[in-house]
Amino acid sequence: MKQSLLYLLLFATGVVLSLTGMMPEALLDSAITKWVLYLLLLLVGIQIGSGRNHFAALKRYGASIMLVPLATTVGTFAGVALVSLALPERTLTDCMSVGAGFAYYSLSSILITEFRGAELGTVALLANIMREFSVLILAPWMVKHFGKLAPISAGGATTMDTTLPVITQFSGTEYVVIALFHGIIIDFSVPLWVTFFLSL
Amino acid sequence: MLSIFLCIISGVLAGYLLRNRRFVKYVGTLLSVVIMLLLFFLGVSVGINQQVVNNFAAIGMDALILTIGGTVGSLLCAKLIYQLFFKKTRE
Repeated sequence: MKQSLLYLLLFATGVVLSLTGMMPEALLDSAITKWVLYLLLLLVGIQIGSGRNHFAALKRYGASIMLVPLATTVGTFAGVALVSLALPERTLTDCMSVGAGFAYYSLSSILITEFRGAELGTVALLANIMREFSVLILAPWMVKHFGKLAPISAGGATTMDTTLPVITQFSGTEYVVIALFHGIIIDFSVPLWVTFFLSL
Repeated sequence: MLSIFLCIISGVLAGYLLRNRRFVKYVGTLLSVVIMLLLFFLGVSVGINQQVVNNFAAIGMDALILTIGGTVGSLLCAKLIYQLFFKKTRE
């Protein structure tokens, strides 16, 4: 949560500095951000590749643990496709790329900005921050009405870090391993799904 | 788009090969710094974009609608598999 607020603060600082015209033109060169983006993706890859115990949880719970990230993915895409009907000025693939952020707002908004511009990038940033905050605030309500897997599915890619404490608290410690496994799988799928929808 | 896949895949390979080296411990910290840098630049590109500044409320509303769609959809699917596969075996 502290980290999310820091990220939001940096974004807001960028907005304020450029609105007041205090940003030097040289810093607005998009070639720089492109290379930093590639560095980001390389680091995301290193983090995934160097992680241990990705499959330890799979052995313990069997194949049913795979159903959790599957439910998150299918449910998110179905829900986003449905509400995209209420947004006629946006294309289905643009809406899907925002939904494919799965609350991983930093990576998804940066990727979308690079390929579709700051407008859709901002939609992605706000939508995915809202998704993370919904879990932080509504986890007990989610568990009560949708079962103990609910905050895990809603948390998307964040269930291995920022939303793990509330999941532990409201779903119970026996769901921690499922949440970690789910977070790793969704985390890995975010850049793949986002670029997939943007390339359509 | 291809360069994106290549970046991630070469990262995964490098991470796997270097998984026992000490430096991979610092990747998480480095990642946060890079994310902060890029979010700052995203903020800058939002601030100079008149279209975004003038339509911020509408953009926020679109984001809220997409969030509700995606979150409620995933909640319903989570409820379904919870009742079918997890509830009985665990409680």
